[in-house]
Amino acid sequence: MGFLHRHRGFVPYLLLGPGLGFLALFFVVPTYYLANTSLQEGSAEVGYVFTWAWDNYGDAIATYDEHLIRSLLYAGVATVVALAVSYPLAYWIAFHGGRWKSVLLLIVIAPFFVTYLIRTLAWQSILADDSVVVEVLRAIGVLGDGERLLATSTAVVAGITYNFLPFMALPLYASLEQIDGRLIEAAEDLYASRFQAFLRVTLPLSLPGVFAGTLLTFIPAAGDFVNAELLGTPREAMIGNVIQSKFLVITDYGQAAALSFVLMAAILVLVALYSRTLGTERLTG
Amino acid sequence: MIRKNTGRRVLTAYSLVALAYLMLPIAVVVLFSFNDPAGRFNYTWQGFTLDHWTNPFGVPGLRDAIVVSLEIAALASLVATVLGTLIAMALVRYRFRARGATNLLIFLPMTTPEVVLGASLLTLFLNLGVSTGFWTIFIAHVMFDISFVVVTVKARIVGFDRHLEEAAMDLGATPFTTFRKVTLPLIAPGIVAGTLIAFALSVDDFVITNFNAGATVTFPLYVWGAARVGVPPEVNVIGTTIFAVALAAMLLNVLRQKGAAR
Repeated sequence: MGFLHRHRGFVPYLLLGPGLGFLALFFVVPTYYLANTSLQEGSAEVGYVFTWAWDNYGDAIATYDEHLIRSLLYAGVATVVALAVSYPLAYWIAFHGGRWKSVLLLIVIAPFFVTYLIRTLAWQSILADDSVVVEVLRAIGVLGDGERLLATSTAVVAGITYNFLPFMALPLYASLEQIDGRLIEAAEDLYASRFQAFLRVTLPLSLPGVFAGTLLTFIPAAGDFVNAELLGTPREAMIGNVIQSKFLVITDYGQAAALSFVLMAAILVLVALYSRTLGTERLTG
Repeated sequence: MIRKNTGRRVLTAYSLVALAYLMLPIAVVVLFSFNDPAGRFNYTWQGFTLDHWTNPFGVPGLRDAIVVSLEIAALASLVATVLGTLIAMALVRYRFRARGATNLLIFLPMTTPEVVLGASLLTLFLNLGVSTGFWTIFIAHVMFDISFVVVTVKARIVGFDRHLEEAAMDLGATPFTTFRKVTLPLIAPGIVAGTLIAFALSVDDFVITNFNAGATVTFPLYVWGAARVGVPPEVNVIGTTIFAVALAAMLLNVLRQKGAAR
């Protein structure tokens, strides 16, 4: 320990070294190779060569612009629905959960305990043409006779919403739970109605949770391909489906890598716009 | 007063419906593990049977896939726990320059879409001529596990009272004895929680594994392959078992925390 005592400033780097080294090798370096691959030309037979093939980007965007827009749209709708479902639920658990809080939270994260693919397959049964849900919707006239749920965009968005909902609910709960109840009482003492108190005190204080929750839901949702594959048809294919099949089925590595960067760029731009609108700098200080 | 109660009732009803919605697919998974499907597809309820529970490995390939998943999860969560715990200790207990960069490097993998993580790792292996299989899956899992271990362990060490260590040293304990007898027992629950989360993420992962698996088949990859030709009810049996084990582990953890709080 004598050496370490004399060089105390060195200790944190010893602790960080192995883990950060691993991440550098298998997270940072791969990003370089992804960029490199996105500028390569070739085919599986003759091999791939780096040629500054910027065409990969142009071709990818021109061919798959619909998939990209569809991904962002599906992810956006799923995020909004997840927020609408989660906010009242998180509010209820935080303020009225009482001694059941931990059990209720356990139910909120319970979907994560079922393997991702298996819970998505469960939605296949729930939304199937002769399922109870579809029959009820037909009986009350929401669905017409020939209309179906499975293999539609509704099914894909519903699956995405369900699969990422806990990512929305947990940060919402965390921020609502921290709110000092006395602040709400103070607002009511000063003659705010319950609704006004919610709008002027509770809601602004929960915005960091809304921000974290929407990002944690939107980002994985935009890159998802499992829901579109299992609950949709090629007409509902998202950008993730294209990247997956180009890498693993039809080996078109250059375009696949380019599309991965296009997806990241689209997400970054939207996140930047979103955080400016919500004014997170002000929120998080 | 009447309006106040109505508002509360609507909120409660809405929340209960939301909770039911969260539980619905889980109930379907459990229910269909007892189904006796007529054809290859296990979509519609045909009749009750215990056959799939008494012989869960009756379908070819399923047992092997589960063994691979468990092996990778055990190895990856172990390695990720060691690497992640060291990072967490450095972040909580030391001041150093690269702190911002370190936090960023921990944060980024958690906020990158899984397709991109999987794809970029695959390009590394492709360009270096590494053939994908068991060990590339292992590497991928350690990579995405580390961040979650760091976050979990860090949350536990932050509330740690350093005076306890100083007291041990004052009473003549060597730094190593202090670490073994004081530090480790205090942060152990955080480390265990980190390992469990890493293990669970590893068993569940499909997307990143899909990119880096080669011909190796994990449990989620088995399900993916089966989804095209009809998923056998045995998969629901395994899914239900995984759910029950994870739920039991969580309940145990909640109970232990309540016991410790008393």
